[in-house]
Amino acid sequence: MTQATFIKAALDPTAPLPAGLVTPEGAPATKRFAVYRNNIVVGLKDALAQGFPAVKSLVGDEFFSALSDAFLRSHPPSAPRLPLYGAGFAEFIAGFAPAQPVPYLPDVARLEYALRESYHAADSAPVDAGDLSDPLLFTRAVKLAPSVRWMSSDFPITSIHAFALGGPKPEGGAEDILITRRAFDPVATSFPRGTINVLEKLAAGDALEHAIEAAPKQLDLSLFLRALLDGAAITAIQEV
Amino acid sequence: MLDQHKFLPTAVGVGYKSAHFSNIMSGNTPVKWVEIHAENYMGAGGRPLAQLRSLYEKLPISVHGVGLSIGGERDLDADHLKRLKHLIDWLEPASFSEHLAWSTHDGGFYNDLLPLPYTDATLNRVCDHIDHVQETLGRRMLLENPSSYLAFAESTYGEVDFLREIVKRTGCGLLLDVNNVFVSATNLRLDAFEYIDHFPHDAVGELHLGGHSEDEDENGAPLLIDSHGQKIVDPVWHLYTYTLATGGPKPTLIEWDTDVPEWPELEGEVIRAAERLEKVPA
Repeated sequence: MTQATFIKAALDPTAPLPAGLVTPEGAPATKRFAVYRNNIVVGLKDALAQGFPAVKSLVGDEFFSALSDAFLRSHPPSAPRLPLYGAGFAEFIAGFAPAQPVPYLPDVARLEYALRESYHAADSAPVDAGDLSDPLLFTRAVKLAPSVRWMSSDFPITSIHAFALGGPKPEGGAEDILITRRAFDPVATSFPRGTINVLEKLAAGDALEHAIEAAPKQLDLSLFLRALLDGAAITAIQEV
Repeated sequence: MLDQHKFLPTAVGVGYKSAHFSNIMSGNTPVKWVEIHAENYMGAGGRPLAQLRSLYEKLPISVHGVGLSIGGERDLDADHLKRLKHLIDWLEPASFSEHLAWSTHDGGFYNDLLPLPYTDATLNRVCDHIDHVQETLGRRMLLENPSSYLAFAESTYGEVDFLREIVKRTGCGLLLDVNNVFVSATNLRLDAFEYIDHFPHDAVGELHLGGHSEDEDENGAPLLIDSHGQKIVDPVWHLYTYTLATGGPKPTLIEWDTDVPEWPELEGEVIRAAERLEKVPA
């Protein structure tokens, strides 16, 4: 029997037992084979539940079980690295018909995955306070830490995410989100829509003054710069 | 790298869980080494690697892979092997071990230790893969005996003969999981003591102990499942004592991976193992 036959049958609960898998008496090992079926599904479901606790909390155990079951059968991990399993979960949820009544769910998954990527990203040292007193600072480009992430949503996702994990009732509307990590725990901060334009320009190597031109009117620049500095998000000031 | 961390001591270690980080770092513990799952430390940075750096200053570390798929029909995943080599080169662990099993197929990883038929074809493939791993990592690895729930009609070797042949061809060592022997022997109606009697103990670099759960197959026959989620049962303790008497004292690991207990309960298992291990003359 090939491993293709084994795994196909293991992932399809309605498939017959592959020939040649036997009990000690030589009988078909149907229930014994079910141990592997169960281990695969339970192990991967647990990994998704650990990686997407807010999604799970928002939809409940039963729904999450059905959702993660459908995902893992069509999207098993592409590498033996469960800490980063679920890169395509948000897109999958967006196309999962039973989840349509919860339109913000894909973005909650997107935020949780971005937080996880940030958590595992390379360590880096923030820029020295002295470098920030450079009189030409605004003509310089900045280097962002490997743990920095950002995303945009039509929903108040940071607030919904916090609510799902035990916080107060969510409020607010569409937002852009900056994720930073000073030591080990990533922090998501909400900003007005359009703020990610600034981050994209900074990441592309534009001078600070040009990047800031892309900011939306409602953005409080001092709050934004404070979030970058508090979050150890800038690791170097450099020539454009 | 501290010299005394280059080898596993003939003492008791635990499978590392981040919940127990401060208990282990306190130093006030009978735990003499830790084992980590390689795949949890393949990120670029952050807390997992910071904890690992602290652990490695403190204790000898065994790296235990769960995703290399040594029994897989396809070639080993080159990217995964590269990540593993990066970790091993950096950490210089006291030991590296993997499983006689497969877990990936056509680019999908199924997160379980799937079974192999013991045939010449499997033997050739497993030996090729172990050669590849040992050459890439530049070190000897240990191969762990699996927990079996079913048998393959096509098998032509017994498990101990199969492992013995792998050792002979590749020069690898073995990790003897005593709980797996008990689970497989119960499930496949074999004699666990006979398995231990015939095992090539000279090749054994490490022993594993862990808990299993109990079920039945459709005919009412016992079906034990290697779940690592509870205490070690008395018959496994007894088999461990027998293994030590037969093969001599060996570094021993307590594995408890699911429903991870509070530290004192895990430490209790460590003490039980140490009491048995210390009674055996070297």
